[in-house]
Amino acid sequence: MQLTLEFGGGLELLCQSSKIHNVDVKPNPGEDKLTMRDLLAWVKSNLIKERPEMFVKGDSVRPGVLVLINDCDWELCGSVDTELEEKDVVVFISTLHGG
Amino acid sequence: MDSKEIGGGLSGADLLREIERLRAEKEELESRIHLLEAQIKPRGTAEKDKSGSCSLSSLSCPQMNGTTLSGLSPEMIHRYSRHLLLPDFGVEGQLKLSKSSILVVGAGGLGSPVAMYLAACGVGCLGIVDNDIVELNNLHRQIIHTEAYVGQSKVKSAASSCHAINSSVKLVEHREALQAVNALDIVSKYDIVVDATDNLPSRYMISDCCVLLDKPLVCGAALGLEGQLTVYNYNGGPCYRCLFPTPPPSAACQRCSDSGVLGVVPGVIGCLQALEAIKVASAVGEPLSGRMLLFDALSSRTRTVKIRGRSPVCSICGENAAFTREKFQSFDYESFTQSPMSDRSSEKLNLIPESSRITSKEYNEIVNAGEPHILVDVRPVHHFKIAAIPKSKNIPLSNLEDKLSTIDSALKQAAQDSGKCASLFVVCRRGNDSQRAVDYLSKNGFPLAKDIVGGLQSWSQFVDRTFPSY
Repeated sequence: MQLTLEFGGGLELLCQSSKIHNVDVKPNPGEDKLTMRDLLAWVKSNLIKERPEMFVKGDSVRPGVLVLINDCDWELCGSVDTELEEKDVVVFISTLHGG
Repeated sequence: MDSKEIGGGLSGADLLREIERLRAEKEELESRIHLLEAQIKPRGTAEKDKSGSCSLSSLSCPQMNGTTLSGLSPEMIHRYSRHLLLPDFGVEGQLKLSKSSILVVGAGGLGSPVAMYLAACGVGCLGIVDNDIVELNNLHRQIIHTEAYVGQSKVKSAASSCHAINSSVKLVEHREALQAVNALDIVSKYDIVVDATDNLPSRYMISDCCVLLDKPLVCGAALGLEGQLTVYNYNGGPCYRCLFPTPPPSAACQRCSDSGVLGVVPGVIGCLQALEAIKVASAVGEPLSGRMLLFDALSSRTRTVKIRGRSPVCSICGENAAFTREKFQSFDYESFTQSPMSDRSSEKLNLIPESSRITSKEYNEIVNAGEPHILVDVRPVHHFKIAAIPKSKNIPLSNLEDKLSTIDSALKQAAQDSGKCASLFVVCRRGNDSQRAVDYLSKNGFPLAKDIVGGLQSWSQFVDRTFPSY
């Protein structure tokens, strides 16, 4: 499944300072759907190069990270259980506090 | 008139009489100017208020003369004419704005454009709260301040700039830090709050306070080359805690004083905050509630995303929330977020034993005595490029693991050159990363490595006053 993943608010530092990643992620063997839970596990093992605790906590993202699927908060569409579709754009953004 | 014409051919007595006549004429003209001014200036608007009161009684009914249909004085019509010409804003928008009171929390990078635009656009009352003083390294982004105010209160400086732009706005100076103990008192005097702070605990505290007092909150943040903006607690939208019920780990909280910020980035976000505050105050347009704007300066991209609504289970604004004013006032926001309520205070790590540390003065003595040693600077490369101690060797902490052999051969080289055993010292900006490095080195073949307490900051403070601080 072709997906565009974007990292911002400092999370890009965990994946070699690259903000946009066009990736091809396959559903787990024996399944035909790819959920956000699967994607997080895939990102953790394939894109995150350092300090994974700055990205994930349990089977979700760490506090302070907003997840947006096609510009919409994932809390509005099922959080970790959201089923992804071809060409979805998933944004992971850490909230900023500076000024 | 030139001087010849005035004095030409007159005797001493005539000159005196002429001076007398001109003085009388001048007085007459001045009193006519005063009368005219009094007719166009709404009463009591040019006063700066330091009492902390934000009453707008004198503003709600400006003294009018001539044009009264609009409810705006002739001076207001002239000053805000470009607003009045906007069909979507017009007289109604301007009148609402002139009756609104807005509190800007923080007179820094975000607060600068917020306060300047809110003063310029003619809000009725503008409060500014901050405890900081203006520093030289603020001026690249905090454009409300000038060099003349370095060392003085940011609130004083900001109020003076705002007054210079629009003396008819009532300005309230709160020269104190907004904290849980004083926030209810201060915030309750205003209609709208703008969060222009620079730290996490303040953000939670301001949002909680706005929920308790039912005030809309325009919240902006900027760091590095990115900014974020949304309006909380407005029109059924979420509060900060609906979005972030649990604070992030403190290691995830970057600060401008550590990570840097391009000056114009908080400027962009601050301008947008002023815009949202104006929209809320004048009831025009669709304020950014239930949505968040994300700004990426590097790629010139803005993205507006839909965020969750008010959470029914939110501990602060939810249906069964038991958060009271008393609880708020005693809530410890710094311990809740594990971060300080200031961008300035820095972490003081105590990781390694005293015996593995030396002071900057002691290191200076070692240099002066010509004792063989190497100095490893573990800051990131872009920090090292700013300024470094001569002959120090830059090995960023993140690369240390791969560079142990480099350190080993440098030590051997120094020993060979001097015929004595060479020592290993480690330095960084403030003395935290150098401890982490020494801790690692001591476990990986360099048991005698020592770090310089307080890092380059201490070097600049106690040894070399000309060494630049940043």
